[in-house]
Amino acid sequence: MSTTVKPSRPTRPVRPVLAALRDRAVRLAELATTPLLPADYLDLVHPLRSGTDLRGRVESVTRETADAATLVIRPGADWAGHVPGQYVRVGVDVDGVRQWRTYSITSELARADRCISITVKAVPGGVVSTHLVHRTRPGTLVHLDQATGEFVLPAPLPAKTLFVTAGSGITPVMGMLRNHLAEPSDVVVVHSSPTPDDVVFGAELRALAASGAIRLVERHTRTDGHLDAALLTELVPDLAERSAWACGPLPLLDLLEEHWATAGLGTLHVERFRTGVVVTGEGEGGTVSFGRTGTAVEADGATSILDAAESAGVLMPSGCRMGICFGCVLPLREGAVRDLRNGELTVAAPGDGVLVQTCISAAAGACDIDH
Amino acid sequence: MTTLQKKSENPIAHLSAEEIELLGKELDEIRQEVLDSRGESDAAYIRTVIDVQRRLELGSRAVLLASFFPPAWLLGTVGLSVAKILENMEIGHNILHGQWDWMRDPKIHSTTWEWDMASPAEQWKHSHNELHHTYTNVVGKDNDLGYGIMRVDEDQRWHPIYLAQPLWNFVNACFFEYGIAAYDLELGKNLASKRRRNDPAFVAGYKQVLGKIRRQATKDYLVHPALSGPSFVPTLLANVTANVVRNLWSHSVIMCGHFPEGVETYEKTSIEGETRGEWYLRQMLGSANISGSKAMHLMTGNLSHQIEHHLFPDLPSNRYAKIAPKVKDLFARNGLRYHEAPLPQQVASAWHKVFRLSLPNGWLAETTPRNAPAQLAKLWKMTTGGPKVRRALSAA
Repeated sequence: MSTTVKPSRPTRPVRPVLAALRDRAVRLAELATTPLLPADYLDLVHPLRSGTDLRGRVESVTRETADAATLVIRPGADWAGHVPGQYVRVGVDVDGVRQWRTYSITSELARADRCISITVKAVPGGVVSTHLVHRTRPGTLVHLDQATGEFVLPAPLPAKTLFVTAGSGITPVMGMLRNHLAEPSDVVVVHSSPTPDDVVFGAELRALAASGAIRLVERHTRTDGHLDAALLTELVPDLAERSAWACGPLPLLDLLEEHWATAGLGTLHVERFRTGVVVTGEGEGGTVSFGRTGTAVEADGATSILDAAESAGVLMPSGCRMGICFGCVLPLREGAVRDLRNGELTVAAPGDGVLVQTCISAAAGACDIDH
Repeated sequence: MTTLQKKSENPIAHLSAEEIELLGKELDEIRQEVLDSRGESDAAYIRTVIDVQRRLELGSRAVLLASFFPPAWLLGTVGLSVAKILENMEIGHNILHGQWDWMRDPKIHSTTWEWDMASPAEQWKHSHNELHHTYTNVVGKDNDLGYGIMRVDEDQRWHPIYLAQPLWNFVNACFFEYGIAAYDLELGKNLASKRRRNDPAFVAGYKQVLGKIRRQATKDYLVHPALSGPSFVPTLLANVTANVVRNLWSHSVIMCGHFPEGVETYEKTSIEGETRGEWYLRQMLGSANISGSKAMHLMTGNLSHQIEHHLFPDLPSNRYAKIAPKVKDLFARNGLRYHEAPLPQQVASAWHKVFRLSLPNGWLAETTPRNAPAQLAKLWKMTTGGPKVRRALSAA
């Protein structure tokens, strides 16, 4: 069901002699900065330089719709580039807490300023998306990972392509359209959004349609209802001849996958954003698995992860056992835990870099602890 | 100091078990209020302090490149001393407590931070966060009380060796960071027997400390002086001075936290089955604050709010001053003593105790200008005589 295309990543030429010299210079400089690293001082003045953690600076924030905005970001010197359709993980400090989210890159590859752009739709209750759309100012530093993802177009392009998108699902597709439309191809875009005003990149898509570069089918769900398989077949009669890419809410993707499987159609490439962490009710707990030791423990919601793990024979780091010494802190790779002292919930997705005190945290759903 | 349980007047006798639990609940609420309002401005605070500290250190070291010029030496040394104090106190100590872990910034996190201190972060977190903060002021459990190296309790039998205790305390203050490292290694206990000396965990520990001391010394006493070229010696002296100033300062601040007269200590058996409320109460009476300006609080790493810090060791340090009035009010309403005084007074009080206990019980209190010759003669006899003489004279 997913793509077989391996994105080729532009790499920087490595000059081994220079790299070795640089390493030696850094080691010498470390003698003068221990216990800190030279980087800790250099980051004060040049956070986007080569050789440091990958960061980016927000250059501009442009409103797209009432609740969506495009952020142009200047990535650090070590940015390795991207393939249209790929996404980037962005770490933003919201209310002082580092939060990581994934956004599709929407910019053109040939930008003269070497910046990238992401387009964010503020999700109701979304801590990060709301912050990025409404409260982020130019100059803000964000943290980045290298671009990744398999939701990309093959080379050469298939003769006929179909994109089915909904809501912010248009973003990776926009990334592709902006970079590949020069190549001759018969492109159909079926896009759903609540109203015409909610279409992210609405004007640009409509202009592309008017120029004949794409055939655009806009569906406005508030008046037209949701898309289904029969309707899609009706809207795109040559469905079977098209290579398809889909991105949007999970119900839409599930529906499309089912239709493609039952109708025996060709390849459907889907991009799923964020599989939500399942949080159980207070006191219910969940399965706690320890990735490295390969054990799994059933823990109820009233027992600390530390106690549950120890009674199952897992060797755990521990200290005061009352939440003050931070001797038991371990990475929560994925899952949800509840603070036994005040019921506060902590949720983590892979790569979020969330560490929890196991002595005062109980499982609040399936948890994957890196230990 | 005499443990609270052995005192004739118990300062917590007037509190019922319910009142103690209620007090714990109120403190939990204060903690929750801070958690609920913790955010961007707190994060900005610690990042600013770190930023300022790094620039100050770099700037001071740059000035010291010309340290053959006396004003440059003075300026650079003052700057470096302040930078080293900030690095240890407001930054290192508090980050290693996990006070900033909530930011999820891997660069400012208790699990990744390392500081300019002979004791490696990992070892210090064990002896300080786990042992000292859990068993605060419990005799036999909390080594911070100093039983291992000093006479800190009237119930410890006096021996002439304790006459040197003030001197020993001063030497310890000058080399405080090495004292802390030795203490985290439990050097006294571990060097005592061959089995302990060869214990792989101990060997790994002291190798780690030696490695760290070597790196620190190379940096302060070799690399930076060498970078100064003709100013090698003045820069070396500047680094020595800054380290000693930092050591003396942190020793003073830390002595003020638990050592002034009137801070309570506890019997080991008293913490069996201790409730959350009782744990809070022990922290309340086992710590002493330093009153002073904002600058004073910053330079002590907010350990000037030792009481608030011991109640909530994992709350951001910039919040202690803000919750202090509420905590103080709680003390007043419960008829408890909020131990607070300016730095000179607390330091003097702590040193008074060091002197008092370096002498036989009661000797300092009984001595007046008039009976001084007789008292000195008695002290002489006790010092030169055997245990029998000492027992007879101290009973007299």
